[in-house]
Amino acid sequence: MRRRGPLTLAFIAGVAMIIQFFSPHPILRTVYTEALNWYRIISAFTFMLGLISLMRSHITKVTHKRAGWGYSIVTIVSFIVMTILGFTYGTGAGTPFDKMYEYVYAPLGATVFSLLAFYLASASFRAFRARNIDATILLVVAIIIMLGRVPVGSFIRWGRFSLPGLAEWIMAYPNMAAQRGLLIGIALGAICMSLKIILGIERSYLGRGG
Amino acid sequence: MAISHDPWVWAAALLTLAIYSFLYKDNPFYKFAEHLYIGVSVGYFLYFIIWQQIVVPLIYDPLKVLFISPFHTKELLIIPPLILSIMMLGRISPRHAWMSRWPMAYVMGMGAGLAIPAYFQTNIFKQIEGTIISIPPATIEIVSTYYLNKLLVLIIVTCVLLFFYFSREHKGALGRITILGRWFLMLGFGAAFGYTVMARVSLLIGRLDFLLHTWLGIH
Repeated sequence: MRRRGPLTLAFIAGVAMIIQFFSPHPILRTVYTEALNWYRIISAFTFMLGLISLMRSHITKVTHKRAGWGYSIVTIVSFIVMTILGFTYGTGAGTPFDKMYEYVYAPLGATVFSLLAFYLASASFRAFRARNIDATILLVVAIIIMLGRVPVGSFIRWGRFSLPGLAEWIMAYPNMAAQRGLLIGIALGAICMSLKIILGIERSYLGRGG
Repeated sequence: MAISHDPWVWAAALLTLAIYSFLYKDNPFYKFAEHLYIGVSVGYFLYFIIWQQIVVPLIYDPLKVLFISPFHTKELLIIPPLILSIMMLGRISPRHAWMSRWPMAYVMGMGAGLAIPAYFQTNIFKQIEGTIISIPPATIEIVSTYYLNKLLVLIIVTCVLLFFYFSREHKGALGRITILGRWFLMLGFGAAFGYTVMARVSLLIGRLDFLLHTWLGIH
């Protein structure tokens, strides 16, 4: 029962979602809306599960004074402060919560992602050593796209053709077509996996045990 | 040059520099900023996404109505997902972890059920529709750049799809087509890589612009 029950629930939920897609009946619309709300409520609790796990890990680190426990205090305190600011002042423009978002959360996020520019550059230097025709195509196209999107690229011209124009054409046609082929392949794979979940063939998400 | 006097701008600038200090090597400033980012983002997500957009409208408000009139039919629908959600928390204790299978099964089944028609519609039918070349009326010039490009798209999509066809050995004509498919895939990956690098570089420019203009006031 500990396995068969959840598998039956997955089957019913999956089939119900497929059926509702093909019918505009108001009852099925309501079922769809409610099912989505259930999904969001469960997602909220799943987030809470992750939060509990994160906090438990950091609190354990602090209480046992493990290496880097001081940084764990930073995580715990910043989480508590951000949450209290939200509950106390709300999220309107100019509130402390909004300031924390604008001057701490957003800059840190943008900086962490911009840091990847440096690592991508060094990784590409190693990966792009054109050893064969595949790597050469990758290298040439990446350079065209990068140069085509910076001001200096517009100075590179051959008659009525320009590098930004070539980059634009690659993005619009060959790249789009290759991505489309991938997209169709991914979709077929995802549909097969979904069918396996609904039919109870794929059950690794249930974990081990009885 | 007019350096900013806003403490928030100073905080953002120092945190930006703390993150960039990682380019030299891992250090306490970077670790501080990294842990601060985790804490703040979890707090932000908890209040702004979970509390304001899910807990209040979908749990708190219906429960309030149920508290006033316990047999309000629509609001009774809150009970099953709440039970499933509480079962999800069973994962905290290894002894009760089995309980979380029920909400997991619901989420997986529902996601799978939603994915099948959605993938068919958007990722298969629409993509094939976009690939098919419609033959124009006789008055329109067939051999135009537009149709050549459309023909190229059709060829590339076919080659890429055949590259993933493993039911026959990639030999002979099929082998040659799949090599072309691999080259087209490399082209797509190269374009995606170049595009990603430029997106990261634009973020970097944004941060440098903040440091130089907003913080240091250099124009």
